[in-house]
Amino acid sequence: MTARIFTSALFAGLVAGLIAVLLQWSLMENLILEGEEYETGNKSHFGGVLVINDALEAAGEPTAVEAEEPEDLFSRFSLAFFAVFVTFVGWALMMVAGFAMAERVGQRIRVKDALLWGIAGFAAIHIMPGIGLPPELPGTPAADLEERQLWWLTTALFSILAFALMAYGRKPIYIIIGIALLIAPHIIGAPHMDGYAGVAPPDLAGEYVARSYAVAFIDWVVLGLAAGYFWNRGAVSKAA
Amino acid sequence: MTTLTNTRTDAAVDTGVLPIVAAIAAGVFLIYFTGFAQASQYHDSAHDTRHTLAFPCH
Repeated sequence: MTARIFTSALFAGLVAGLIAVLLQWSLMENLILEGEEYETGNKSHFGGVLVINDALEAAGEPTAVEAEEPEDLFSRFSLAFFAVFVTFVGWALMMVAGFAMAERVGQRIRVKDALLWGIAGFAAIHIMPGIGLPPELPGTPAADLEERQLWWLTTALFSILAFALMAYGRKPIYIIIGIALLIAPHIIGAPHMDGYAGVAPPDLAGEYVARSYAVAFIDWVVLGLAAGYFWNRGAVSKAA
Repeated sequence: MTTLTNTRTDAAVDTGVLPIVAAIAAGVFLIYFTGFAQASQYHDSAHDTRHTLAFPCH
């Protein structure tokens, strides 16, 4: 059982991580770098007018940050590669541990069930916390980090519990408990600043948020399918 | 449906809770470093990934 959990989680995490890193490189990094142009003051957009702040440079004033050299970008993208794989192996371990728990109470997890787990994971990790703390383009000022992390963790954990209870609880009371768990963090509310102080154009931030959700959705669907596939493969090879 | 749920008896016998707990702990450990640890080497390495995957950052 131990080997089945850890090997299927590892393979599922690697498959989902591969898709995730390709999506991050192709869809997200260019927007992150563009956002940093505004974060560092190389560009500004006040009044809907794009200003590229070369004038400061010409006047001999120190610019905030130089554009990154290609080798810096290479190491940055390589680090992202490892971070994505580690992240998805982490999520896969938790999801497959959930499969094992479900199996202990007599619920067999087929690939189609695992797909639903992936979608539920996306909802619990992205949709529900995102109500209070939406994805942020780098350079977007926000409330105290530790408070946000605490709220994010609480919301994600409550949402996971809620979906599990609603899907596998056998009495109507579990649906009610699940709804309460889903709503509670939002009644308390996420930590927020008093106003908005983002320096990037709103259209750039909007594009970023939309892509972040799309990328996360695809990542989690792949994670669910892959975890279900390797989990069931483990069951077959064990039986053989 | 009922026939499927009855076939799991052998799995239930050798399935300990320990590997499940170990897998969850390992998963939490990995997510802590990529998503939450604030030491600058973890933050900087995982920065773009944290933003892409909407972990609270900065």
